[in-house]
Amino acid sequence: MSNKKLTTLACTAAFAMMSAGAQAQISGNVVKIGVLTDLSGTYSDLSGSGAVLATQMAIDDFIAKEKPGFKIEMVSADHQNKADIASTKAREWFDREGVDTATELVTTSVALAVMKVAKEKDKIALMSGPASTPITNEECNDVTVHYTYDTYALANGTAKAVTQQGGKTWFFLTADYAFGQSLEAQSSAVVTANGGKVLGSVRHPFPGSDFSSFLLKAQASGAQVIGLANAGADTANSIKQAAEFGITPKQSLAGLLMFITDVHSLGLKPTQGMYLTTGFYWDRNEETRAWSKRFFAKQKKMPTMVQAGQYSSVYHYLLAVKAAGTDDTKKVMAMMKKTPINDFFAKNGRIREDGRMIHDMYLVQVKKPSESQYPWDYYTVKATIPADEAFQPLSQSKCPLVKK
Amino acid sequence: MSNNKDSMLFNITPFLFGGLFLLGLVAPFMAYPVLVMKILCFGLFACAFNLLLGFAGLLSFGHAAFLGTAGYICGIMVRDVGVTPEVGILAGTLAAGALGWVFGVLAIRRTGIYFAMITLALSQMVYFLVLQWKVTGGEDGLQGVPRGHLFGIVDLSNTLSMYYLVFAVFCLGFFIIHRTVNSPFGQILKAIRENEPRAISLGYDVAKFKLMAFVISASLAGMAGATKTLVFQLASLTDVHWHMSGEVVLMTLLGGLGTILGPLVGAGTIVALQSELADTVGSWVTVIMGVIFVLCVLLFRRGIVGEIQALVKRAGIH
Repeated sequence: MSNKKLTTLACTAAFAMMSAGAQAQISGNVVKIGVLTDLSGTYSDLSGSGAVLATQMAIDDFIAKEKPGFKIEMVSADHQNKADIASTKAREWFDREGVDTATELVTTSVALAVMKVAKEKDKIALMSGPASTPITNEECNDVTVHYTYDTYALANGTAKAVTQQGGKTWFFLTADYAFGQSLEAQSSAVVTANGGKVLGSVRHPFPGSDFSSFLLKAQASGAQVIGLANAGADTANSIKQAAEFGITPKQSLAGLLMFITDVHSLGLKPTQGMYLTTGFYWDRNEETRAWSKRFFAKQKKMPTMVQAGQYSSVYHYLLAVKAAGTDDTKKVMAMMKKTPINDFFAKNGRIREDGRMIHDMYLVQVKKPSESQYPWDYYTVKATIPADEAFQPLSQSKCPLVKK
Repeated sequence: MSNNKDSMLFNITPFLFGGLFLLGLVAPFMAYPVLVMKILCFGLFACAFNLLLGFAGLLSFGHAAFLGTAGYICGIMVRDVGVTPEVGILAGTLAAGALGWVFGVLAIRRTGIYFAMITLALSQMVYFLVLQWKVTGGEDGLQGVPRGHLFGIVDLSNTLSMYYLVFAVFCLGFFIIHRTVNSPFGQILKAIRENEPRAISLGYDVAKFKLMAFVISASLAGMAGATKTLVFQLASLTDVHWHMSGEVVLMTLLGGLGTILGPLVGAGTIVALQSELADTVGSWVTVIMGVIFVLCVLLFRRGIVGEIQALVKRAGIH
């Protein structure tokens, strides 16, 4: 072999090793996590600063326990529930600040916008806050994890459990836009499939403030259960007004999209007896209590499922980065999907190929004021919905990544 | 009043605009291009709004409808019909112009607060339409609009080519506004603003001029909206929400009502603040915006550019 050839060979080998080395490294030896959330608007209560805190806790705990060889940084921003602000911010983070993953992303329009930017820039989107199912269906991609919950899990969990527990006749109060209509359609199907009967439904304008005529219709229907296929302030207002009309003790309400912060701000009086589904309840066992009390010490509020899920998803991501030894999107995603999730939030949770993280969900009933012993003692856990039943089965998925 | 100011402005204007044009050309190398594109889009939107409020004295509280409609139309055309981006922008602009004509015909029959309320009501109708209609994606918005190839040749997924398209669109829009304001038509608009009965008594068909101004303003707002959709590759409910109609009022007032550059400065300030503050102060963004608005109304009512012009003018006289 001539000397020249040898040099070429050596160079090639060195080059190959260099590139192999680069692949197995972490860019700048820093893993940077961006928390893009609603810090000032409607959803700031259920995600917001609590989600930022949860992320910081996850990072601190990870460093203390796993002693990683890389640095971890966090940036956070308020997307103000505007898709264009979120998309600019995410782009800027990925382009200029070396952010490896954009997380939280409450509000569906924001989530859909950011997951597209993430795909374009080959970064990861970890979603804890948004609720819509298109994220893991029509719009799904291979860099997104939808972690905590979705409308399918909440509506189906509640509708099924309530029907099976004897709430056979239903009436829906539906917000008149795509979200409310799909929530109603999903729940109606479940009610009928479980031997219940839907007596009717009424659609209220979105956003609404006066629900009296709609509630009176629901009352007149004589249905045992009134399903609230709406969200946020609409849900809160309909619950308040249902209590004022004296509907609630006789007929029960089922919240199809509710959080513990909604119950907290409404109080137990109007919400008592309501059924709802949640991915996390702080007072469920020792582990959840221990974590939640640490959260409470800093936030002065108990965590919602979104905030708990945020911690869990960030921790799981960091574990995957450590195990893969790189922040390369493909490898980290593969590792995240391969590894089961076992922490206070989820037991044997796993991420499916459509990006949906599946874990047990819980059907809870809101306590009566007299039953509540201490602050934030709001729920009685009525049933555990196993992971495989809680989420939309892959056979129904519209995600092109799912091989059938 | 205006003799002195006009003659002086005439002197510095070409240099000022030339300088700004050069700044626009090099901006993507100095600042984050996506942010600059956003500022240009909102700048054009505010300039279009200012044409109506600042020069014709018509306060429309429904301009978000034009921005949003054009954005959605452009998005649907590019994504679902598969036309090239420039056709998308054109379609959006025309749609906004047509909508502007409908709004205008109904609204200019009234003046003052009633005019504002009619435009607000009509724009809320557009909002509900967008919210309900399947094609527009409801609250999820219209997502994943491809940027495509300009004239089928230039790949717009490249940030720089996208930037220069946005810059060209902005310059075109700005030129149209500048020409409109400094034409006999613009003079008549100002006459209507200052004293409508007098303009009528001079024999001008005031309604026609107002309608014309409304349609131009709506079309240009639409042009901004359509371009914005291509930049962000999405159109969302934010664009048609009445908050957006309010935001453009804030941008215009902050920058300087009735000044040609004011709205651009105002839009730049608001957009940059929204973006930068998002990182640093989090939940205080809305409060800070509110404080700025209050300060603007209390302390410098002429807006940033208006105050500077006044300063220059005072310095020129003394």
